[in-house]
Amino acid sequence: MAVDRREFLKIAGASAVLALGGKEVVDILVPGEVEASMKDLPIGQEKRWAMVVDTTKMDDNLIKRCQEVCHHIHNVPDLDSPKEEIKWIWEDDYEHTFPEQENEYVAEKIEKRVFPLLCNQCTNPPCCRVCPTQATWQREDGIVLIDEHRCIGCRFCMAACPYGSRSFNWGDPRRVMEDDQLKKLNPDFPANPDYPTRTKGVVEKCTFCEERLAEGKLPACVETANKIKKGALIFGDLADPQSEVRKVLRERYSIRRKPELGTGPNVYYII
Amino acid sequence: MLEAAFKGSKKYWSWLIFLLAIIGVAFACYLYQFQEGLRITGMSRDVSWGFYIAQFTYLVGVAASGVMVALPYYIHDYKAFGRITVLGEFLAIAAVTMCLLFIFVDLGNPVRIMNVIMYPTPHSILFWDMIVLNGYLILNILVGWNVLSAESKGIHYAKWVKVLAYVSIPWAFSIHTVTAFLYAGLPGRHFWLSAIMAARFLSSAFCSGPALLILICLVVRKVSKFDPGKEQIRTLAGIVAYAMLINVFFYLLELFTVFYSQIPEGMHPYIFLFKGLEGHGRMVPWMWIATFFAALSLILLVVPVTRRNEETLVVACVSVIIATWIDKGLSLLIGGFTPNPFNRITDYWPTKPEFMIALGVYAVGALVLTVLFKIAIAVKEEVRA
Repeated sequence: MAVDRREFLKIAGASAVLALGGKEVVDILVPGEVEASMKDLPIGQEKRWAMVVDTTKMDDNLIKRCQEVCHHIHNVPDLDSPKEEIKWIWEDDYEHTFPEQENEYVAEKIEKRVFPLLCNQCTNPPCCRVCPTQATWQREDGIVLIDEHRCIGCRFCMAACPYGSRSFNWGDPRRVMEDDQLKKLNPDFPANPDYPTRTKGVVEKCTFCEERLAEGKLPACVETANKIKKGALIFGDLADPQSEVRKVLRERYSIRRKPELGTGPNVYYII
Repeated sequence: MLEAAFKGSKKYWSWLIFLLAIIGVAFACYLYQFQEGLRITGMSRDVSWGFYIAQFTYLVGVAASGVMVALPYYIHDYKAFGRITVLGEFLAIAAVTMCLLFIFVDLGNPVRIMNVIMYPTPHSILFWDMIVLNGYLILNILVGWNVLSAESKGIHYAKWVKVLAYVSIPWAFSIHTVTAFLYAGLPGRHFWLSAIMAARFLSSAFCSGPALLILICLVVRKVSKFDPGKEQIRTLAGIVAYAMLINVFFYLLELFTVFYSQIPEGMHPYIFLFKGLEGHGRMVPWMWIATFFAALSLILLVVPVTRRNEETLVVACVSVIIATWIDKGLSLLIGGFTPNPFNRITDYWPTKPEFMIALGVYAVGALVLTVLFKIAIAVKEEVRA
């Protein structure tokens, strides 16, 4: 996953343009980093990607739209079966997003609120600890990825993930192109020819859109959410005190899912 | 010695053909699974391990039949067990073979299985489980086969065999411990997250393995001229009695911690299993059947008269097997995944092809066991004749 200098400068250039565009939630690159690249410092060494969800801005439609875009660009098929379901981002209510925060008298507005769920890109990921082939591993910038060409499909990572973030290809996802019923649900599968489809027997999950980050773009859900409601999802570098995520976490109260397990989840929920 | 496997009565051959027929059907089911993927099973996103891994877990326990005869014989110089150490070791070979097959059929990408060796990962417990299971298999093959072949030649087995036999004893402890560690180190799976898990695996192994060995010894006495011995069976029964007592005691320790602390995450899986949760109660009858047979086995094993009477001992051993199978071969896995991380319940039950594949693996185990026992018994009959 190494990014060479030429590629890095390309990303840096593209991002600088974006930044000049004044998009305030964009803080993928700060000026100091171009300098870092000159000094041959590896990219990502001082980065820690995180997402902040402003739950006050969440609604069914917004999360649904994020899921549509995400699943579309990542060729995630709709298999029309809860048993075989593959999902990278989805929604649930307060009670099931934070089951250990169970509170009969929780404020009505929170009880009715919806929350987006996705891989927490844990700082201390149990999935990577248990994988017997290092097919799932953590990048220097904290993103947890899966090598779908190495995964043996033992599903130990699914047992280890306390967030239910991982999906398994119980069957061949490409069968949606042949099956008449499924074809109707997935008319344009694979929608994104630049992104691989998966094979049967491998695990997959949200990647914080690492392929978009590499091009200096924001994760697709963040971009989509902000088009609908500005500041609904905020993405950035926790290691940079000036970043938007740090700023918003400084100012507002946030919680994470199951922080008591010591996994260090990097998705924050502003309540 | 191998030639003994090819000479047998009509009954022997019909049994083998029967097993091969089951294996044939199961293999067809496996090809179907290989083609379609694991979607043909009842497993899901929420219950992502099922019947296969549960059978693997149970059978690791059965492999303890080896160490429970080897330990008294080699460490305590309990001579009587010399007669049946090979039988215990051969049962362990069959059990570990089934374990490895159950892991194999559970893989989404079985053709990539060598990745576990090509990318060795010491921080993964599965990596260590691969080492200890394969190691235990090899140890038992080497020790069992060489001891038996020495016996057939009427000589004492070589010194290196004895060294390996000693090694196999602590090694046996490792297979139960490491298998328990697969479960006991996962954050957020409260049903498994228990320091006593490895101890529970050891205790249930030390009763379920020898219980099956007792039953097989009694079959051997019936179908052959070799008698494994009254004293041997009596001593094994004592081992089963102690191990089952400890096993049930450990389970009660879990129940105390969970229900006295009243932490919901701890209680939910147990309530789901024994009482049903939010209308999901498929496991409830199974759990009470297990409870009944655990209690029955304890009564029959603890009371000296029923333990020493071979007829009631059979009932006790069958009860131990039913109780430990429901515990390890069913409820440990399903309970561990229920409720899911969102505190929701997804039901799981094996499908027909899934069950058939599992049955096929058991048939392979029975085949391996039959052939190995046939050889062992032929040698023993010959030596005694």
